[in-house]
Amino acid sequence: MTALSILYVLLFYFAIAVLVAGVVNKILQYARVPAPLKIAVTPAPLTKGGVVWRYFNEIVFFNSLFRATKWTWIFGWIFHVALLLAFFRHLRYAISPDSFLWPLINLEVVQSFGKYAGFAMVVGLIGLFGRRLFVDRVRYISAPSDYLMLVLIMAIAGSGLFMHYVSHTDIVQLKAFILGLFYFDWQNLPGDTLLLVHLTLVLALMIIFPYSKLLHVPGLFFAPTRYQIDNPREKRHLAPWAAEMEARDGKNA
Amino acid sequence: MADFEVPETREFPVIPTIMEGAMAHSSPYLAKEKFQQELGFPGDGQLIDGWKETFLNKLAEMLGKYRSLQVFMDICVKCGACTDKCHYFLGTADPKNMPVARQDLLRKVYRRYFTLPGKLFPKLVGAIDLTEEVIDDMYSYYHQCSECRRCSVFCPYGIDTAEVTMAARDILAHIGKGQKYSNEIIAKVHKIGNNLGLPEPALADTLEGLEEEVEEDIGVKVRYPLDEKGADILLVTPSADFFAEPHVDGLIGYGKVFHAAGVSWTISSKASEAANFGLFIGNYENMREISLRIREAAKELGVKRIIFGECGHAWRVAYNFLNTLAGPWDFLDPNYPVPQHILEFTSDCLDRGILNIDKSQNDHMTLTFHDSCNIARASRIGSFPGSQFTIPRKVIKAVCNNFYDMAPETIHDSTFCCGGGGGLLTDDLIELRIKGALPRMEALKNVIAENGVTHMAAICAICKSQFTKVLPYYGMTMDQIVSVHQLVSNAIILEGQGEEDEDEDETDEAA
Repeated sequence: MTALSILYVLLFYFAIAVLVAGVVNKILQYARVPAPLKIAVTPAPLTKGGVVWRYFNEIVFFNSLFRATKWTWIFGWIFHVALLLAFFRHLRYAISPDSFLWPLINLEVVQSFGKYAGFAMVVGLIGLFGRRLFVDRVRYISAPSDYLMLVLIMAIAGSGLFMHYVSHTDIVQLKAFILGLFYFDWQNLPGDTLLLVHLTLVLALMIIFPYSKLLHVPGLFFAPTRYQIDNPREKRHLAPWAAEMEARDGKNA
Repeated sequence: MADFEVPETREFPVIPTIMEGAMAHSSPYLAKEKFQQELGFPGDGQLIDGWKETFLNKLAEMLGKYRSLQVFMDICVKCGACTDKCHYFLGTADPKNMPVARQDLLRKVYRRYFTLPGKLFPKLVGAIDLTEEVIDDMYSYYHQCSECRRCSVFCPYGIDTAEVTMAARDILAHIGKGQKYSNEIIAKVHKIGNNLGLPEPALADTLEGLEEEVEEDIGVKVRYPLDEKGADILLVTPSADFFAEPHVDGLIGYGKVFHAAGVSWTISSKASEAANFGLFIGNYENMREISLRIREAAKELGVKRIIFGECGHAWRVAYNFLNTLAGPWDFLDPNYPVPQHILEFTSDCLDRGILNIDKSQNDHMTLTFHDSCNIARASRIGSFPGSQFTIPRKVIKAVCNNFYDMAPETIHDSTFCCGGGGGLLTDDLIELRIKGALPRMEALKNVIAENGVTHMAAICAICKSQFTKVLPYYGMTMDQIVSVHQLVSNAIILEGQGEEDEDEDETDEAA
């Protein structure tokens, strides 16, 4: 094996470990901190099913953002949908042809849309970047990391598009490398610059993820304003520490 | 205080260009030692010794106690969807009044001391050190938020700046910086039972006076009982209802509705306050103490039901928190939700057809309705999502012939705060209150011009007080804000009402 390949095997394991451990740690933290009061933003659903529907509309259509500002919605939504499609296309690098999933991933429509998605992603990101730079209100609230995050993802998408349309990498070898990570049967990584740029940026993104605003991905499920059911009169909502407080001072007897 | 200009109203709302520092001079009076101590806070307005460590320890404690705070610190992606949604930003153009920027006052400190990137590369991630300047900024701008939650409606994740404001105020109070206005009021409730410090004899006197006034007006003896044991219903209403205009006309209306429905009811001098300023300062312990008075009063008086009068944040606390803070309510009648809103009671009476109404009594007015923030975005009246919008309008339309809504993007859950809520209804913040009212004033002026609206109805004591003060600054008059139950009171015909007039007329004719 080449030294480069060994390095990237290690980096991949490291990045995956940081990503998984970091996100799991945050999820555990969010789950353990209590939500002592009913603070759903009303109108709010009266049932669990209603909450699921509320989340469905947010995740699939970004409906609150749509109500808020159409331009951010257009760029933000296109970016996220494109990300999803590109993700589906990339599964081809991680799934063996023997797998039952292979026929799904290999579909022409998944593969083609994955490519168009690459362009859409860049368009969306450029729109968001431009907004951050040129709208005074958004510029005011932006730290360097807010710009860099967009640049990072644009560079990942851009280098990916370059690899498909301009300078191909050895995708057979690449797939062997990736599958090798999963089966602990390590293979060489193609050494062309464009691929290394793309992969290194992806590794950076994975490592940064649990320390950045990308935590909105798990975090949004823990926002009491959206997941709580509107039934405070029907069902008494009491956090463990509040129950303890009551037991101690007996004022609710 | 600096001289300021009342903002110009325009036909269409305009998102202002940011003006840094525009409201940096605005800051409410600090609470003196007495009014910190009585609430369990240290200090006297100056920073206590070891304030920095205390601040960070308290922040750590809050992050472990409130999921909302912890999550909201992490997940803001700076998309800017909220930036043009806050009435205080729209009215002042100060960028720190953009909800995300307001949260950032705390978030930047959180990042610095509680996150790895903030500890290692603060400038990269917008993390800052905690300094006295930062504290002053926080005290100023966390008292430029009325905790109305408008921002959370438009945030993709529902980040609620009010949660951050409440936490920040609580932390600031714990290092010596409490707000005079809210703290003094809470102290009065603990001591006497209501925000105004009205003791039992004064209350009894006021209610007697109301009874006389109503009897003289309509010739029917409507009762406004106090501390009556064994009554069915305990009415908990904002203390402003006892004497302020137009609030007191609402209280008169509740009494008439109870009278028509034939229920026995009472006010309690011990729990003579619906409002709960513990909410505004984000302090669970004080909020609970205030709520527990209602539990004690309900038990002592042996009532079966609890009904709240027209008050915004009071209803938020009552609807969402009363069960948590002062429950369980298993000693009350299980056939009724605990608590109920007076509008739920009146709406039910209308449904059952037991109120005799003459709509023409309100014909001299064309009404619109102001959805108060805590009713719209932080609670529910009635039994389905959004019935807090339909029930008040249904009641208004049942007693008035002329009604028009303001522009759709300014009502329902997009409603604009009156500008005086969240502990900001004090004269030391008058400039903020006037500027914050701008979006609502613009929407109101539009329906006045387009639909001939003459009056605006509301069901919140703070909104009513804020509007009576602020309407004249915008060229309108303070009597243009009315209570919903005032409209009901105008139109309701009680049994025996008007008979004295008829006798007088006959006597006049005979003479």
